[in-house]
Amino acid sequence: MLKLTDINASYGKVQVLRDLSLEAKAGEILCLLGRNGAGKTTVMKTIMGLVPMTSGSLQLEAHEISGLPAYRVPKLGIGYIPQGRRLFSEMTVGENLQIGLMTRGKGADVREHVLGMFPLLRERLDQRAETLSGGEQQMLATARALCLEPKVLLLDEPTEGLQPSMISLIRDVVVRLKEQGVAIILVEQRVDAVLEVADKITFVENGRSAMTVTPAELKADSSLLQRFVGV
Amino acid sequence: MEFGPHLMLAMLEGLVQASVLTLTALGLSLVFGVMRVVNVAHGEFYMLGAVLAWWITSLLGGSALIEFTAALILAPLLVGLLAGLADWLILRRVDYDPERTIVATIGLLYIIQQVTLMTYGPDARPVAPPFNTRLALPWFEFGENGFALYWPWGLSTTSYKLFVILAAILTLIGVWLLMAKTKIGLILRATQLDSETAQAFGIPVERIYALVFGMGAALAALGAVLVVPIQQAHYLMGADPLLLSFIVVIIGGLGSLRGTVVAAILIGMSDGIISVFFTPTLAKMLATLLVAMVLVYRPQGLFGAKPA
Repeated sequence: MLKLTDINASYGKVQVLRDLSLEAKAGEILCLLGRNGAGKTTVMKTIMGLVPMTSGSLQLEAHEISGLPAYRVPKLGIGYIPQGRRLFSEMTVGENLQIGLMTRGKGADVREHVLGMFPLLRERLDQRAETLSGGEQQMLATARALCLEPKVLLLDEPTEGLQPSMISLIRDVVVRLKEQGVAIILVEQRVDAVLEVADKITFVENGRSAMTVTPAELKADSSLLQRFVGV
Repeated sequence: MEFGPHLMLAMLEGLVQASVLTLTALGLSLVFGVMRVVNVAHGEFYMLGAVLAWWITSLLGGSALIEFTAALILAPLLVGLLAGLADWLILRRVDYDPERTIVATIGLLYIIQQVTLMTYGPDARPVAPPFNTRLALPWFEFGENGFALYWPWGLSTTSYKLFVILAAILTLIGVWLLMAKTKIGLILRATQLDSETAQAFGIPVERIYALVFGMGAALAALGAVLVVPIQQAHYLMGADPLLLSFIVVIIGGLGSLRGTVVAAILIGMSDGIISVFFTPTLAKMLATLLVAMVLVYRPQGLFGAKPA
C-alpha cells in the first residue's frame, strides 16, 4: 500500500532522514519506535509532503507520489493525526470535521459514520475545539482524519497524555480500521500499546530504519528496546 | 457655530475617515493574520486604487455615476490581481519569511510609487463624486418653549459622505459573512490558525496566500476609490493610510479582524474629531502615543490573543 524506499530528507541544511525504508500494507499496523529526535515524526511529515525529500521513492499503491505538493497528498487518501493533535483550535468541532470532509469531497454520510464512532462529538458540534478536554481533542483529531475515509492513516503519538479509557477507545478505533483494510503507521512511545496492536515494528535510529521485527520477536529479545529506545 | 453642532460635524467627518480606515486596515490585518506578512506596500495598493479610479473615470466618459461605479468595481479588482501577481513573483520566492517579506514589500512600495510617478505624474487629480447633494442637519435646544429643533448654519454633510459610510458597513458585513459562513472563509481561517495542518487536509496554502494578499490589497483599493471624490488621487497618498492602518492593527490586536474594526472606528473617529477642533498633526501624534502605550501595557492589542 505505502512504500518508502531509501528516503533522504532535510530541514534546511540539516539532514534528518537517511536512506530510510519501510512499508505498510493494507490491513497492517506498522509501529515506529525510537528515541526522541530519532526522526519518527519527520517520517510522518515527509510522507505528508510537509518535509521535502531530497532523494528516494515514496509509493502509494505502486504509484510514485514523491514530489507532489503537500496539499495533494491527503487527497490521495492519506490521513494524518499529528502529534499534539494540531486542531484548528478557534474553530468549532463541526468546522474541524468539515475541513476533514472537504479534503476528499466527502459528504453527510461519512460525517454521520464518523460521529457514530465518536458519539460524544455529536453533543459538542458547536463547541470550540480549544475548550474540549485532552481526550475529546484526540477524538476530534482522529474523527477529522477519518472524514477522509483514508486508505493509509498516520498516527503520531495518539495516546500522549490520555487517560486509560480514552487510550482503549483510540486503540479500538485503530484495530477496527485495520480490519477494514486501512494501512496504519503508528508512532508511539508506550511499548505495551505497541505490542498490543502492531503487526510489525520498525526501529528508527538517527533517521535510519535500523531494524524491523514482529511483536513476538521484540518480546523475545528485550535488549532491542534498550538498544533502540533506551528503556 | 456652537460646540454641540460643531462636535456633531466633527464626528461625521470622523465617521467617514473611520469607514475608509476600517477597510484599509482590515486588508492589512487579513494579510498579517493569515500570512504573517507585514505588508509595507499596503499604502501603495491604496494609492493605486485612487489613481486607477481617476484613470477609469477619465477613460470612460459619460455620466459620473457610471464612471464611478465602473471605478468602484474595476479598480479594487485590478489592484487585487496585481497584488496576487506580486505574491507569486516576490513573496512566494522568499518563502513568506517574515523578515525577508518586510524588505521585499519595502521594495514593492518604491516600485509602485515610482512607476506611478513616471506614468501618472506628480499632480493631485480629483474624481467627481457620483452624487453630492448637500444635506442640512438639524440640532436641538432647550429654550423657553422647551425642546426645539433648528438648522444651524454650516451643519451639513453630503449624500456622498453618507454613501461612503454605508458602503464601508456593507463591505464589512460582506467580509464577515465570507469569513464566518462560507467554505472559502473556513479555509482562510484554517490557514490562519495552522497553515501546516491546513496543507495536511488538502488546502493549497500558497494559493490561499495569493488570494488573501489580493483581497487585502483590494480592500485598501476599495477604501481609496471611496475616498478619492473627497480627497484627490496623488502618488504619495499611501503614506498616511499605511501609518494609520499599522496603528489600528497594533491597537486592535495583530490578526484580529474584530479588533481591527473596533480600533479603526476609535482611531478614525478621534482623528476626524481632533483634526476638526485642533490639527491633523496633533491627531496623528496622539494616535502614535496610543500605540506606544498599547505596546507597553497590552502588547497583544485590545483583542489579540495573549502569547502563551
